[in-house]
Amino acid sequence: MTSTFLPDKRTGPDVDVPPMSAGAAKGRARRRALHWLTAVAFQVPALVLFLVLVLLPILFALYAAFFRWGGFGMPSDYIGTDNFTRLFQDPVFLGDLWRCLVLVVLSVAVQLPFALAMAVLLNQRLRGRAVYRMLFFAPYVLSEAITGVLFSMIFAPDDGLADQLLGHVGLDGLGGEWFADPSMVMATLFLVMTWKYFGFHMMLYLAGLQSIPRELTEAALIDGANAWQRFRSVTLPLLAPTLRISVFLSVIGAIQLFDLVWVTTAGGPDHHSETMAVTMFQYGFKRYQVGYASAISVVMFGISLVFALAYQRFVLRRDLEGATTTMRGDAK
Amino acid sequence: MGDPGLSRRGFLAASAAAGLGMTALSGCGGDSDGGSSDGTTTIEWWNISTTEPTKGVWAALAKKFEAQNPKVKIKIVQMENDAYKSKMTALTASGKLPDIFHTWGGGVLRQQVDAGLVEDLTDRTKDFAGSLLPVAKEPYLLDEKVYGIPFDMGMIGFWYNKALFKDAGITEPPTTWSGFLDAVRELKAKGTTPLALAGKEKWPGMYYWAYLAMRTAGAAALQKAYDDKDFTGDPFVQAGQHLQELVDLQPFQKGFLGAAYSTPTGQAAAVGNGKAAMELMGQWAPVVQADSGKGLGDDLGFFPFPAVDGGKGAITEVFGGGGGHALRSGAPQAAVDFLKFFASEATDVELVKKTGVLPVVPAAESAIADPNIKAVQAQLKGATGFQLYLDQAYAPAVGQEVNDSVAALIAGSKSPQQVTESITQAAKEEQ
Repeated sequence: MTSTFLPDKRTGPDVDVPPMSAGAAKGRARRRALHWLTAVAFQVPALVLFLVLVLLPILFALYAAFFRWGGFGMPSDYIGTDNFTRLFQDPVFLGDLWRCLVLVVLSVAVQLPFALAMAVLLNQRLRGRAVYRMLFFAPYVLSEAITGVLFSMIFAPDDGLADQLLGHVGLDGLGGEWFADPSMVMATLFLVMTWKYFGFHMMLYLAGLQSIPRELTEAALIDGANAWQRFRSVTLPLLAPTLRISVFLSVIGAIQLFDLVWVTTAGGPDHHSETMAVTMFQYGFKRYQVGYASAISVVMFGISLVFALAYQRFVLRRDLEGATTTMRGDAK
Repeated sequence: MGDPGLSRRGFLAASAAAGLGMTALSGCGGDSDGGSSDGTTTIEWWNISTTEPTKGVWAALAKKFEAQNPKVKIKIVQMENDAYKSKMTALTASGKLPDIFHTWGGGVLRQQVDAGLVEDLTDRTKDFAGSLLPVAKEPYLLDEKVYGIPFDMGMIGFWYNKALFKDAGITEPPTTWSGFLDAVRELKAKGTTPLALAGKEKWPGMYYWAYLAMRTAGAAALQKAYDDKDFTGDPFVQAGQHLQELVDLQPFQKGFLGAAYSTPTGQAAAVGNGKAAMELMGQWAPVVQADSGKGLGDDLGFFPFPAVDGGKGAITEVFGGGGGHALRSGAPQAAVDFLKFFASEATDVELVKKTGVLPVVPAAESAIADPNIKAVQAQLKGATGFQLYLDQAYAPAVGQEVNDSVAALIAGSKSPQQVTESITQAAKEEQ
């Protein structure tokens, strides 16, 4: 028992070890108490911050969602679930849910495969590979607000870079009103989102690709697998944990989308690009209907929570289990 | 062991006392010649003058005030219009406002007053507020009490490009709505974009509906409808129908639904660069046109919103408002001194000359050089009725609903009838 005791390891076999006895047991108890005290002392600041800045506001929003409340003083006008019934009858909010779904589907079906393709491409031996990687990752470093300002200039009708460029190469027909066109605004928005975020997912995939042992691909090559078969049967399965995390981040990002929309379109034209977060902002900070805005935030929180839990339970479980078993293995 | 604790507590008490003392002393020492106190008061001044030349002129005025009052430091915080409104909403909810802040008066100010966050200035400004133009003070008078001091007063009207009007063969600015629609048709026939509109920001579109409602229902109707929580009367539906007549002519610039107001590709720039012939905007329009675009110089003209045939309202009734400053409750004396300084004749003359605002001190009237500003001033002085901007006069939820519904009407997703119903519903929800 004493041989596995930690201090022995630290002092090493050559050092003279004091005899183990009742004194040692006492010291151990004291050390354990000290250990606990240290743990508590180090965690209290973080716990207090988490409680005050995260947990309490969430609980308060949940509480405020059941009141008609303008944001002044404490909520007092209890209206039960009226805010929620109103919410699910509001065509703008129902539209928000639909647009959220569209963005999630587009992100997963278009943006991520594109990022994967770029990652596979930039994982090859290629002249200037590092430069390309950096270039594609660069947009992710920009803040969403700056991206928004940049693209509202690029997509300004007629005068903007996009229309001018298309005009010069004789593709005027492809130009248009971009953000100002109700039927085009979501596509434009998605284009900007892809521009900004594919580099981040590409980087994730590149990291994942580099952890795939070369021997496996080589073995497949020797077995006569062609490029597609190697990708399909070796790369993709081994990249799956990275893909699952990337999908998770992408979906959560789409649910919470705000900055980019607010700067480029403010949800317009005529609510055609409004997201849940934008609607919440409109009601909370423009109309002072903080109770109703809280109800929106509660629904957003609920959707994110249900998605996150379900995803972890059903999709990420294998990855998480893998992580814990590895750790257990290390301990032995 | 007890000693350090005691001294720490003692130190805290001492510093708190010192802090209090300093505020008290500097509060008394506002009258520049005081002088024995060595504490400096810093007052925060929040305003929305983010464009030149106003930005620079205001900064210089703050410096001048600091020079006259060595114990006072002014910290200027500037934000663009919409950002400012959002920020103030957040601040109002948090319960503390800046020492001096921009206000438009009306419903928003009332909410801040009701929350107990705004200083009642009735007595503290008695010595100088009496000499200001009465109509300019209107928006900040709530229950007979003064809550703000104006620095600008103005109105909304059409700003037009004389050269483009001439090209289209329009000799006189229209005075009736049907004449206005004809002018729009003539401009379109000439290949000119008749109107610029910032669809993304919604409030510029609201001006059309509000003015049309004033012309069909009369100047007092908008306030009455708000008080009665009923906007479903026929004249309000007609206002929407008249606006639809205009929208059907497709008079706005390409991509107007996504356009902002003061950006280089926005509404003001479209007029300032001669790409659109008109915009419906307030007295600040020439300054913003020149800042975000090239500006039209002598080609720029102003005409009041036309009358609607058969409507109850007259062309002399104006829709507008001004700009003023309010103080947070408990603001130091230095802040009141600054308001006095800012409303003095010397300051007002400078503001009128350099920043294109309309005078609030009658003696500063002679400083107006710009013929367009003179025209606006003449309209204002001869006004037979007045209505404050709806998004300021009404509670925020109702004001925003007006903006939102009118934007939907312009985008073609709401009928004139539905606009009045939506606004009525929002007014009813607001107890």
